[in-house]
Amino acid sequence: MTRILAALALVVTFFSAPVAYAVDVQEVISPGGIKAWLIEDSSLPVTAIEFTFREHGAALDPKGKEGLADLTSSLIDEGAGDLDSQAFQGALHDKSMRLSFYAGQDGFGGSFYSLNRYRDEGLDMLHLALTNPRFDAEPVDRIRSQVLVGLKQRQTDPNFIAHKTLMAQLFPDHRYGRSTDGTPESVSAITVDDMRDFTRRAFTRKSLIVAVVGAVTADELGPMLDRVFGDLPEGKPVVDTAKTDPVLSGGLTVVDMDVPQSAINFAQAGPDRSDPDFYAATVLNYILGGGGFSSRLTDEIREKRGLVYSVYSSLYPRDEASLWFGGAATRNAKAKETVTVLRDQWREVAEKGVTAEEVKNAKTYLTGSYPLSFTNTSHIASILVGIQREDLGIDYINRRNNLIEAVTPGDVNRVAKKFLTPDKLSIVVVGRPDGLSTDGPS
Amino acid sequence: MTFTKFCARNFTGLLLLVLSVGLAQAAVFNPKTKTLENGMQVVVVENHRAPVVTNMVWYKVGAMDEPPGKSGLAHFLEHLMFKGTKNLAPGEFSATVARNGGTENAFTTQDYTAYHQSIASDRLELVIKLEAERMVNLRLTPEDIEPERQVVLEERRSRVENNPGARLSEQAMPALYFNHPYRIPVIGWAHEIKGLSQQDIVDFYKTYYAPNNAILVVAGDVKPEKVFALAEKYFGPLPAVDLPERPTWVEPPHEADREVTLRDARVTQPSWSYRMFAPGYHSDDHKRGYALEVLADILSSGSTSRLYRALVVEQKLATSAGAWYDPDQRGPALFGFYLSPREGTDINAVKTALWAEVDHLVKDGVTQDEVDRSIRRMQDNAVLALDSLSRPARTLGAALAIGMTIDDVENWPDRISEVTLEDVNRAARDLLSDHHGGLETRLLPAEKASSKKEKGA
Repeated sequence: MTRILAALALVVTFFSAPVAYAVDVQEVISPGGIKAWLIEDSSLPVTAIEFTFREHGAALDPKGKEGLADLTSSLIDEGAGDLDSQAFQGALHDKSMRLSFYAGQDGFGGSFYSLNRYRDEGLDMLHLALTNPRFDAEPVDRIRSQVLVGLKQRQTDPNFIAHKTLMAQLFPDHRYGRSTDGTPESVSAITVDDMRDFTRRAFTRKSLIVAVVGAVTADELGPMLDRVFGDLPEGKPVVDTAKTDPVLSGGLTVVDMDVPQSAINFAQAGPDRSDPDFYAATVLNYILGGGGFSSRLTDEIREKRGLVYSVYSSLYPRDEASLWFGGAATRNAKAKETVTVLRDQWREVAEKGVTAEEVKNAKTYLTGSYPLSFTNTSHIASILVGIQREDLGIDYINRRNNLIEAVTPGDVNRVAKKFLTPDKLSIVVVGRPDGLSTDGPS
Repeated sequence: MTFTKFCARNFTGLLLLVLSVGLAQAAVFNPKTKTLENGMQVVVVENHRAPVVTNMVWYKVGAMDEPPGKSGLAHFLEHLMFKGTKNLAPGEFSATVARNGGTENAFTTQDYTAYHQSIASDRLELVIKLEAERMVNLRLTPEDIEPERQVVLEERRSRVENNPGARLSEQAMPALYFNHPYRIPVIGWAHEIKGLSQQDIVDFYKTYYAPNNAILVVAGDVKPEKVFALAEKYFGPLPAVDLPERPTWVEPPHEADREVTLRDARVTQPSWSYRMFAPGYHSDDHKRGYALEVLADILSSGSTSRLYRALVVEQKLATSAGAWYDPDQRGPALFGFYLSPREGTDINAVKTALWAEVDHLVKDGVTQDEVDRSIRRMQDNAVLALDSLSRPARTLGAALAIGMTIDDVENWPDRISEVTLEDVNRAARDLLSDHHGGLETRLLPAEKASSKKEKGA
């Protein structure tokens, strides 16, 4: 008894008001008409530029050439203009500049980070990579061989196989059912012409979103934007994509692999990012499986029963479909029990909802921890890209905690009833799970 | 709590460690420090970019301090530190941090154990108070210990048993260290984790968890005087303990070449490594460490480095190749090499090509230009290391926990800049002209049934 009282005292003493945090985001339009969002921050002599070309990720991969966007992303910084691969990479490396590209399902992203004293040279290199990549035979062969090695290796990773199997089930006829990095056959089939063609179609001003953070003023930024992006083709306007529904059997699939620990992935439909209930769902997910140590799934599966090291759930909204996704891993002997507890908890929350206390605690976590995301230049810039991408508004960072604050226990429980579908929770287990077989517990 | 890390001494672990140390230590963090009367050191790095702080408590005790037969004890205790204390119910620590918008975790290595939270700066007092509470008031019950033991065994399955590379590392370390406890894995052998008793855990906790064996490091939006006052208020009253004398582990001469090979059906990409002892920051010749750091950088940093360029780009023999150097740990420093052959290339052919590059370097030396570019990179990266809330705290905490000083960290860029061409070439000659007595590892796919048959026939 004493213990509990003292614990409460410890908490109450320090429980204070929500964290107030505000930043100033400017919209900058360059002389040449390129738009970017900017946060000026002179605390370090660095500049971070994050950008994405919407819709032009693995979406554009033709059938039989899956992995095209991904392979291209690894090659456009392997030589451009007059600089071959060694010259290009050497110049970046010697000045500690970071330039990287990545292909997602729904977009092709890029990231630039440099000390300001090397920035001009770096911007020219970024421009060259976007407009005049070389695709010389040596780096193409080398990077392709590395990608193939990775693809092969992943075939023996139970978590990767669980994810791949689940996505293929949920999206049998949709590109989300294919992996962004392709297969050994499709990656081997990609030609230099395919990659050149991809860069011409994908890198357009109409699909470009840019965010800049660092020791740079709005006046400096305009010419920088034109220097990097100014001579990209205009391209076609981005159109809203059609939504698709995941195919949710609610069943269980076992994939055999000789490993001592089974990997478990699970998913059901989730809210879209634009859904007004997205914030209530964010609070609900924190309580269900998003809150690390504090979630229902962690409490029931890890803390009480010692079944896993990690179990989680997360919202996974994408352009054309949205999921409520999660994962866990447990010894083969306990996979059945883990799946049972997972399903029970999912149903419990769907049917009985959560408590007002849980909602309050989730909100103070979600609002209080938000400023923790704003301590690294590149990361802040990537947040700004995401906000533009989802069309959340230039003042979103300053409004975001109010949106979470506004969520009531009633909202959360309404959303639990509306979205959580325990009968449609599809599960894939990869390993040698005792007592489990495809299509439900045996 | 939760997603506890432990730095298993495997290849990638080592590699990352070296990279991060190389990057992070170059910074001039301008820390302020004070030592409390009970011996606890307090270190503060100001960073007012966002209204947040990182709070870390480092204990100068790690897996290498475990009694014989009790492997995994330091890491198991780390998990249990999130259970109940005299004034907190089990789980209350984490729930309180989360309710206040904080994130937290902990990690255990061979050398030290650290606990950390990131949280709004106006809640620093809360997490300091919580850490002081669990430094001395941990209360364990079998109901807390038993499920957590299963969690640790699951962690072991995730990190080691499901991972052929990590399994090789566990098998290989006893061949690298004849004497030093680094031969035993941080997470522990499964059979010994199962045997750890409540008394083992409590004894270890009472022996090593005390202010005079701990360092508080706070980085973020806070003034040093404020942190010193909070440390005085919450940690100040805690009594120092008599810390046991710890063995000085000395490796006997290593004369034999050792090779350890693991074959596994799940390996699709073979890999090879070689590692050897080298002078580190703790050795009498610690200046040699800075030269070796430049050497490793020239050999291995980026795709224009010597080994990647020669083996991967020009000779097209490997998909990856490089070197690493780990100068700053309580135990012996290590220098190593790794490679992975391209498909269809024999692993021994790549190994021969790697040693040929090393021999070429020893014979002809590196160039002044390579040294200059390497030093510039490391100094630039010292500035970039400030672009993080937690990195200064991690770098300083790790250095102090292994017995280095704040000056060692703060003067790192200067010491690196003093490294000359001759220093690098002499260090390379002394270390690499005769590479014997080290450990070679191979991770290979399972032998095909047909080749087994041939062998048997």
